[in-house]
Amino acid sequence: MFDGLNRRIVSMWFPRLASDRILRARVIDAPFALTFHEKNANRIYCLNARAERLGLHRGMPYADARAFCPDLISHVADIPAEQRFHHVLMRWATRYCPWVGYEGPDGLVLDITGAAHLYGGEAQMLADMRGRLARAGLSVKLGLADTRGAAWALARYGEGVAPPGGMEAAIADLPVAALRIDMQTDQALQRLGLRTIADLSNTARAPLTRRFGPSLLMRLDQALGHQPEQVSPSKSPTHYGVRLTLPDPIGLVDDVMAGTARLLDRLCHTLQSQQMGAQILHMALRRVDQETQTVELRLARPLHDPDRILPLFEKGIAAVDAGYGIDQMRLEAVQVMALPDQQLSSVQHGFQTQLDDLITRLGTRIGLDNIQRFLPADSHIPERSFIIAPAAYSQAGGVWNVVRPRPVFLFLPEPIAGRGSNPPNPFRWRRMRFSIGRATGPERIAPEWWMSDESWRSGVRDYWKVDTQEGRRLWLFYTPQSPGWFVHGEFA
Amino acid sequence: MKNNPLNIFPLKAGRVHEVCGPSAAWFTLTRAAQSRGPVFWVAEQWNSQKLNPLGIVNIVSLENMLSVVTKDQSETLAAAEDTLRSGTVPCVIMVLSAPLDLTAGRRLQIAARAGGTTGLAIIPVGAGSTAAETRWHCSPLFDPKDSTLQRWELIKNKSGTLGVWNVRWSESSHRINVVSETGE
Repeated sequence: MFDGLNRRIVSMWFPRLASDRILRARVIDAPFALTFHEKNANRIYCLNARAERLGLHRGMPYADARAFCPDLISHVADIPAEQRFHHVLMRWATRYCPWVGYEGPDGLVLDITGAAHLYGGEAQMLADMRGRLARAGLSVKLGLADTRGAAWALARYGEGVAPPGGMEAAIADLPVAALRIDMQTDQALQRLGLRTIADLSNTARAPLTRRFGPSLLMRLDQALGHQPEQVSPSKSPTHYGVRLTLPDPIGLVDDVMAGTARLLDRLCHTLQSQQMGAQILHMALRRVDQETQTVELRLARPLHDPDRILPLFEKGIAAVDAGYGIDQMRLEAVQVMALPDQQLSSVQHGFQTQLDDLITRLGTRIGLDNIQRFLPADSHIPERSFIIAPAAYSQAGGVWNVVRPRPVFLFLPEPIAGRGSNPPNPFRWRRMRFSIGRATGPERIAPEWWMSDESWRSGVRDYWKVDTQEGRRLWLFYTPQSPGWFVHGEFA
Repeated sequence: MKNNPLNIFPLKAGRVHEVCGPSAAWFTLTRAAQSRGPVFWVAEQWNSQKLNPLGIVNIVSLENMLSVVTKDQSETLAAAEDTLRSGTVPCVIMVLSAPLDLTAGRRLQIAARAGGTTGLAIIPVGAGSTAAETRWHCSPLFDPKDSTLQRWELIKNKSGTLGVWNVRWSESSHRINVVSETGE
């Protein structure tokens, strides 16, 4: 029974994780290797036992491997998928104990202190792990000891169990490489004739530290339990995804919406309990012919209210081609934001939510970025004195300072004929003839030299507000540094 | 006074009105300023006539102004119809580039009635549709004293008479003032 002092650590090592992952899905009765482009050549990244027996090894150039073994079947390694699979294994391993951490790219470390009796003892627990992983098609080596270092050594070099307190004997005969040391240190120790851990622990410590630095003895002490080493369980973020598998395929919009409602209820329950709101939702609909159709919903404000999200899905789901029917639905909140509970108020709240829903609904049609609001900016340049920001991701506010009248419309400067620094009278613009009734100006605006703006290359501008006899009120400017007249905007 | 625009103004809610002429945007914005609540400005992306927020900040509150940018006229109409039907906002302004056919015009009217929202369509001169409740032609007038004088012509009205008014914008009171007609 657990006495509260000794820890028990399991180290799991998957010697052929990458190739086992592929071979789980398709059975290949031939030498098999995964390749990876590295150091300017395609090299073998991982291989199955049969390929290993033929003399292939990791890191070998793929061309050589094919020369050795012409019937080698190969795939390109997919490292991100590898990592995802490793993560899945880590989540799976929490069935044995809550403290599970990564151990390199192809291992796990489990702190099973006080958990082994739940499986009827350590031996039964290890047997259970072996059995389940073998059924999953993964080869695994297990090591069990009081320390992480010893468990690692046992898993990689001779698979075994060290009884509580009996680590020294259990790992004494293992090679020094089992101490998680780098290859150079390993080679140097070999040259000195220190081949096993027992050799190392019987040697005087001071010369070893002088020769190899403190890390070697630290590893030895960690393995033997003289120095503590933690297992840090990797924190997996909460997964906001739910799915529904159907016994019979469905195809009607109403049915799919009913399924969506069920999924949303479950998802929103999770979101509400964590006080989070979904911002982007992905709905994957798998058809019987294994095609997957995705419906994406971007919300103007984070939400966790199923009644409000459900109607927003209608348009996307109506557009899905159900084919021969849909038999699995997966709903995932891809992007979530903190959405703390709020006090409801009777006045403003209901209206704001309606407006947000409207923005979301328009956003599903024309893109959420296309619903914009104006925000003030600190610049005298007419085109840059405001910012256009997506309404969903910005807050209205700021102070607008309008010292002089500005036109309602701005357009790209349109040249008109004219010379001199006073507005031309009469002038023609857009094939219309205007004579000036009143001209107010000039208002000189200088370009911002710290911004390079193509349209302001012509230097300072003298702006005139011109009321024409014909009625139209235009905003003209004159560029004295490269003389010319332009119409830039129109007042009401 | 027979031709008092207050009989017409505010424009009938739950309907879509059309405005054309050089001052059409100004007309719609002053109309939108009367309604408290968000204003949607729906316009196509390619339109080079860009609204300048500094020019309208004295007319409408920019906190309430949302600009919807669309790809083409069908998107404009779809967005406007959705907004009109939702009844969330009191006023929707849409900038159209081509004349509406009867179906599109009626759809907008039905959506506006369902939501109780006023729709204002800025149209090219002469591109009116039969479904519009009223149609206005707005143009600025030269005035030696002031530069807000406008001439608003009601050129189509489904439920009333036509008329012409000269109006001014009163900067201090933020409202339209009708210039009294000189005796004939």
